[in-house]
Amino acid sequence: MIEQKLITKNIGKIDPKSLASYMAFNGYKMLRKALRLGKEHIIEQIEIARLRGRGGAGFPMASKLKAVATQLVTPKYMICNADEGEPGNFKDRYLIENNPHLIIEGMTIIAYATGIERGFVYIRGEYKEAYDVLASAIEAAREKGLLGKNILRKGMNFDIEIRRGAGSYVCGEEFALIESIEGKAGRTRVKPPFPTTEGLFQKPTLINNVETFATVPTIIEMGGKAFSAIGTESSTGTKLISLSGNVRHKGVYEVPFGVSLRDVIKTLGGGAEKGRKIRMVQLSGACGPIIPEYMLDMTIDYDRFEIFESKTGAGAIIVIDDRFDMFEILVRIGAFFAHESCGKCTPCREGIFQMNRLLEKFNEYRATEADLQLLETLARTIHQTSLCGLGQTAATATISTLHYFRSKYIDRIEKSSLQEGVTNA
Amino acid sequence: MPNIKINNVQMDVASGMTILEAARLHNIELPTLCYYPDLGIKNDCRVCVVEIEGQKGLVTSCSTQVREGMSIKTHSARALNARKIIVEMILANHDSNCTACARNMNCELQKLAQSLNIEKNRFPSVLDKKLIDEGNECLVRNPNRCIKCGRCVDVCRSVQNISVLDVMGRGHQVTVSPAYGNNLNEVFCSYCGQCAAVCPVGAITEKDDTSIVWNALHDPDKHVVVQVAPAIRVSLGEDLGLPTGSIVTGQVVAALKRLGFSHVFDTNFTADLTIIEEGHEFINRVKNGGPLPLVTSCCPGWIRFAEHEYPEILKHISSCKSPQQMFGAIIKSYYAEKAQIDPKNIFVVSVMPCTAKKYEAKRPEMSINGRDLDVDAVLTTRELSKMIKQMGIDFRQLPEEPFDDPSQTTSGAAALFGVTGGVMEAALRTVKEVLDKRPLATIEFNDVRGIKGIKEASVTIQDKEYKVAIAHTLGNARKIAKQISEGKSEYAFIEVMACPGGCIGGGGQPYGTTNQKRIKRSESIYHIDDASIIRKSHDNPMIQAIYRDFLKEPCGHISHELLHTEYTNRKHG
Amino acid sequence: MELEQYLRRYPPEQTYVLEILSDYQRSKPTQHLTKDELKVIADYLAIPESHISAIVAFYSFFSMKPRGRFIIQICRDVPCHVSSKFDVVATLEKLLGAKMGQTTEDKLFTLEYTSCLGSCDGAPAVRINDTIHKSVTPEQLGQLIEDCRGGRHD
Repeated sequence: MIEQKLITKNIGKIDPKSLASYMAFNGYKMLRKALRLGKEHIIEQIEIARLRGRGGAGFPMASKLKAVATQLVTPKYMICNADEGEPGNFKDRYLIENNPHLIIEGMTIIAYATGIERGFVYIRGEYKEAYDVLASAIEAAREKGLLGKNILRKGMNFDIEIRRGAGSYVCGEEFALIESIEGKAGRTRVKPPFPTTEGLFQKPTLINNVETFATVPTIIEMGGKAFSAIGTESSTGTKLISLSGNVRHKGVYEVPFGVSLRDVIKTLGGGAEKGRKIRMVQLSGACGPIIPEYMLDMTIDYDRFEIFESKTGAGAIIVIDDRFDMFEILVRIGAFFAHESCGKCTPCREGIFQMNRLLEKFNEYRATEADLQLLETLARTIHQTSLCGLGQTAATATISTLHYFRSKYIDRIEKSSLQEGVTNA
Repeated sequence: MPNIKINNVQMDVASGMTILEAARLHNIELPTLCYYPDLGIKNDCRVCVVEIEGQKGLVTSCSTQVREGMSIKTHSARALNARKIIVEMILANHDSNCTACARNMNCELQKLAQSLNIEKNRFPSVLDKKLIDEGNECLVRNPNRCIKCGRCVDVCRSVQNISVLDVMGRGHQVTVSPAYGNNLNEVFCSYCGQCAAVCPVGAITEKDDTSIVWNALHDPDKHVVVQVAPAIRVSLGEDLGLPTGSIVTGQVVAALKRLGFSHVFDTNFTADLTIIEEGHEFINRVKNGGPLPLVTSCCPGWIRFAEHEYPEILKHISSCKSPQQMFGAIIKSYYAEKAQIDPKNIFVVSVMPCTAKKYEAKRPEMSINGRDLDVDAVLTTRELSKMIKQMGIDFRQLPEEPFDDPSQTTSGAAALFGVTGGVMEAALRTVKEVLDKRPLATIEFNDVRGIKGIKEASVTIQDKEYKVAIAHTLGNARKIAKQISEGKSEYAFIEVMACPGGCIGGGGQPYGTTNQKRIKRSESIYHIDDASIIRKSHDNPMIQAIYRDFLKEPCGHISHELLHTEYTNRKHG
Repeated sequence: MELEQYLRRYPPEQTYVLEILSDYQRSKPTQHLTKDELKVIADYLAIPESHISAIVAFYSFFSMKPRGRFIIQICRDVPCHVSSKFDVVATLEKLLGAKMGQTTEDKLFTLEYTSCLGSCDGAPAVRINDTIHKSVTPEQLGQLIEDCRGGRHD
């Protein structure tokens, strides 16, 4: 059994549009338990669980919780990051559409633990259906005294407001997101300070991904120790994997950390489509590395993925088979980042544009050795000098292919000069 | 005190310092581009990246704080290579026709490119030619040169609080412009020029009027005269190799004479005149019950701002023209008559620390005959510096020469017009002494001095207490204007300057103006006042003479014809 | 609903600008915003015009050019690209007689590209106004266009 359904356990059984349905499956029982056990206990369990953020960066949640909990400045804010714009990722949409109350419950438990009374869910504007489901759920929770003032008559206040994005992937980056909620363009801020000290409206702010909040009730239920026994040493618990591309069964799968990519792709996803071979796989999203088929025995684990020098925790796997040319894929990825770059810092604003021109040369059989050298230097510079996560990961795909598929570049240069030779003849 | 190493040199630095601050303190030059002292850290050019031993990646020195034991390599291969390719990227999206640019040889990007030894740009030009905004009298915006550092947006928003400019769009297509890509003259731009003053390149510059002035100087039929603003005498030297705040009054006159101006006048003279006129305007308003507060009018940036956004308070603003405009009017009437020259043949140039003055000179009200303008051309401090260099004049070797009459005699109070609080102090010296009918016990009014954004003071005149206020930067002007508009202003008299520090911090001043430099220039202004024989405007015998011989009485019929003006409600376009 | 009524839904604070812009623009058949409307919103929220212009220029949702009643967005990112068994762009361009970026003459449809819609489990995905349609086929697209024309799609 490769799958391990902890947070997706009741999806399919619960009616997402019914609070009563959620309650029938022990809904909000963990909130009650958490309120009984107390704030320190909650944070302690999250710490023992070693829960890492599920949005991509993999930052330990307990550190953020402690940082915010100890802030004396008020008000404090919570933001649930539901901007999910990373290509290949749809697990957050899946969670919201199928079990919105799980997220609300997780957020409320954390609100209690950290002394936060105002929460926001920042959801991308394209997710209308998810928005409707979540909005109804929040309304229903309020009516039942599970949100608002004096929740469950235990004296805690917490309410959630939904804010919608308006077509900007970079607003998934924590400070760009904060700027967006504040009513500005989504451009990141100079760090430090960090959101836990000066975030939304310059107040202490806790930001975490949908899946991270959704994992909290499970940890309260089984205890941090049991949670940490699942997965690997560096990456505890389960991860929702968004599997897409040239695979038979696309979808969201919940697996413990430590399973291999091949396990997910073949056993859960059914492997390549009939008659086709897997040529390459992109991990995490457009921001992730592209790896060859022979690396698919690699296990899903935050520390393992560090060899790619990129934050790889969002958990997408995009399978690409032998019908597609690597450069065609790289050009698409480049176009995505060019469109989504906020334009603030030079390496991202100008660098990605220049990198795309070079990738196009490779794609159009016009590439030279000098182009390859420049591409390599440029990609490294974008990676090392960009101001935020978007720029820092925009070149990851290119850098990984320069490492794992270098022969394709050499080959393309050769074919380009032949082509040139043919046209010049 | 953390101990760190920069390029293998150990040093003790204050905690909380950034790597950039620590480096600069120890004279290690670290290149930057978007960084500007006094403005918030932008962190977007990424030019200042350095390598920290033991750390992956590179960090920006402008924003990274030092930590005990840090070992920083500012010019490692990685840092240098990154810096080089970043500047090449910038150049690839930049109009590099340097010889056609006002910032040629005085450009931060040029300096950077040269220091990085960029001979061949590995990137092809990707510049998408955009239209140049040159539809106003003061500023030219050339988006083809913009490097998107964000300094102009910052100063317009957080210092001036007008927010004319913003960053539009995303990614490579990003541009800096007014709303909807409009031109500056189509939005509420005050022409204060602070944006031009902080721009590292030639993306925003003042409109160049040096050719017009050269043409006039070369025209045998024109009698070309020039007037020099108070702030110039403590600022021009900085652009010509002298320390900040050097007092170069006599050399400025000498330089202008060598450029070919037949007469060089001191705007301080009409500053004195302004005090007499405005002082009497104040006295009249107090007598007639208002409208108070009376607000100064010599700053055209402030006037434009008030006309745009608070036209309901225009009745509070003094009807006095600025000293620049008063002098133009006086030259084309009083002086023309005395010198027996047809005013049509007189070409009046003024040298100002200001960009908005170019617009002020072109306002139709600024014409005593309703046809010919009183002031024909305005040069900024920077433009004069350029002309002096063009002429090959060695400014530092010039002798000191005196201004021409009637402006040979001016008061120390007049010199104060160059700093924030100066107009107020000059006015108070006269109003108090004239009304109290006895000599001032103390000439200096220290409460109105200093760089605080809004200063308040209390003055007793004829046993009554009057509250006055002084505001500088348009951000503070807005607070004052709002108060007046809401009827909540408790002041009798208010001085407003659009630029930080007053005119010595003007939009036309030498590049690289910082708060430190403003303070130094101000100190020199106060020194000039201290050293003056005549300290109060009404003690100036030449001022007494002009009233006796020409104007007859302050705020009288002739004064109103020549020295007063009107304002326009410009709120709706 | 009149613009003023959309404004009244929210307190006059800058933080609500995206909500107001999104809701109001969506309510218009031309799905775009004019300078006059933006001035009213900017004044209500007490923000400079340059700022609201910057917001409209930054976020992909907003347009200052009139668009169709139905905005059809095609995802061109990798999962949809590799999952498409047919050329989605060509199919829609043919169905509508308009090219990408254009609005049809009858002002009903505008064709746009979009970044990943988060519906890769149903790639290729196409968004028509608020609804994301998954695993589309040429036939489905034809039917959807008909539904739009017949008033059976929001």
